[in-house]
Amino acid sequence: MQTSNSTPALRADRQAGPAAARPARQAGPGPSSAVVVPSPSLLGQLLSHPLFLRLASVVIVFGAWEYAGRVPISPAFPTFLETMDALFGLIADGTLLQAFWITLQPLAIGLFASVVVGVTFGVTMGLNRLAEWFGAPVFIIAQSAPLAALIPILTFAYGIGLTSKVMTVCIMAMPVIVLNSLNAVRHTPASLLEMGRSFLGSRWQVIWKIVLPAAAPVIFAGLRLGCAAGFIGVILAELLITPTGIGDIITYNQSIAEYAKMYAAIFSIIVFSVLFIELIERLEVTLFRPEKRAAR
Amino acid sequence: MTAAQATASTVTEPRAIVEVEGVSKVYPGGTEALNHISLDFPEGQLTTLLGPSGCGKTTLLKIIAGLIPATAGQVQVDGKVVTGPGPERAFVFQDFALMPWASVLRNVAFGLELRGVARSEREAVAEKYIEQVGLKGFEKAYPHELSGGMRQRVGLARALTVNAKVLLMDEPFSAVDEQTRRKFQEDLLELVARERKTFIFVTHSIEEAVYVSDRIVLLSRRPSRVSQIVEPNIPRHDDPEDIRRDPVYLDTVEEIWQGLKKYLDEGV
Repeated sequence: MQTSNSTPALRADRQAGPAAARPARQAGPGPSSAVVVPSPSLLGQLLSHPLFLRLASVVIVFGAWEYAGRVPISPAFPTFLETMDALFGLIADGTLLQAFWITLQPLAIGLFASVVVGVTFGVTMGLNRLAEWFGAPVFIIAQSAPLAALIPILTFAYGIGLTSKVMTVCIMAMPVIVLNSLNAVRHTPASLLEMGRSFLGSRWQVIWKIVLPAAAPVIFAGLRLGCAAGFIGVILAELLITPTGIGDIITYNQSIAEYAKMYAAIFSIIVFSVLFIELIERLEVTLFRPEKRAAR
Repeated sequence: MTAAQATASTVTEPRAIVEVEGVSKVYPGGTEALNHISLDFPEGQLTTLLGPSGCGKTTLLKIIAGLIPATAGQVQVDGKVVTGPGPERAFVFQDFALMPWASVLRNVAFGLELRGVARSEREAVAEKYIEQVGLKGFEKAYPHELSGGMRQRVGLARALTVNAKVLLMDEPFSAVDEQTRRKFQEDLLELVARERKTFIFVTHSIEEAVYVSDRIVLLSRRPSRVSQIVEPNIPRHDDPEDIRRDPVYLDTVEEIWQGLKKYLDEGV
């Protein structure tokens, strides 16, 4: 159902998921588990604390980055500290904010369109076999094809402006959103549908009160994957069509060998993407998964 | 049987509230599940459909529920021909069919929610039945926080809130462990006595059928026909534990086992 899309943003997101659920589980059966396991030492508690482990993993990655930069593995590879220094420089002189403002325009429009159109298409196809047979093949092909190859065609068709960048975001983000929504709706538990019918739910009641809530987790998994793909799309567009925004900082600083600034821009968009996808997950739990919220 | 005939019959003979007339079911692909079944279900009694696995018991129950159409024949409930689900029937599902995202209270009140009953009203009704099935204090819990037995109590409470005349129970205790199942069977007897509803119960357990039923309909292997109707006449006013030691109970279990065994021998 979910296609694995190994952007760094997604990997970080998946790691955060189970780790966040851990403290709640420990708090639940506390006294009973304490009988079996002898109470760990203070140091042991600290070492197994989820916050400590997450910080440790971040520190190790950045430490390795810093070390690799100092070796150096390449003259074009800055250390972590140099990159952070460049990042603060970019933030301080307002360059980064301005770049984000430009990059976020095609991204926001593209993601909004992909989410609205994608979920609508997917759910419709999930509910109606005819719509599925008509619409699904396009998205199945789109999902497996290397769509970045279409960017030159989009540029021919829509020029070098905002439109083709929005389109790039859409072709990257939409297929996985559509197909996840389709599969989510298609796999509504049969007994829940029978339950809705036997308790006299109308077609619309069954869709609103049973099908969509049951599909929400997989639809949201699709949204997270789709939005991550949208981030890839917007950066591709800014690197391949015309350098603007973050893409401009990356290409410009690459051309003048200011690698620290180049990596700072890449770093900033990765962090932004991770935070954005984390936000989607929070939104899902808050709006649609009361039982998860209760477990926390 | 029509309503006029029912009033004409003697007082001791309860009228048939569910009438199955010549129902057959052939699934697409040619599997013949039911072969011309005719059956009456007396009002206020618990009738069990019992038979070997895959004999079409659940199919018959779902046809009565209006969830799947019969290939031939018809079902009448309370004098009306079944064309789909109706308010006089409520279903208890084998796998509970609870919404994992909804609390116990919302799950139990869901039948009324679908009927457009106002929130405060339906929650008051739901709370009453949650207490009756022994789940008081769990109103705000979610299904994943409950044991299998407790989940089926939620399913049962949901079926009770809509105040249907006929409760259709599809192997309700099969996904529940043995100890819980026994407690459930005892509670079911109490419920039948208190609610004065008609229960149609599907099970593959002979002991369970004999323990809870007023009437047991034995179905043959697919394509199913009614092979025998047993009315275990076990005194039920005593301690529920006594029933399991009652000679009539033990004899009836043995009788049904002998009746069903031949289908197994044929199968081998």
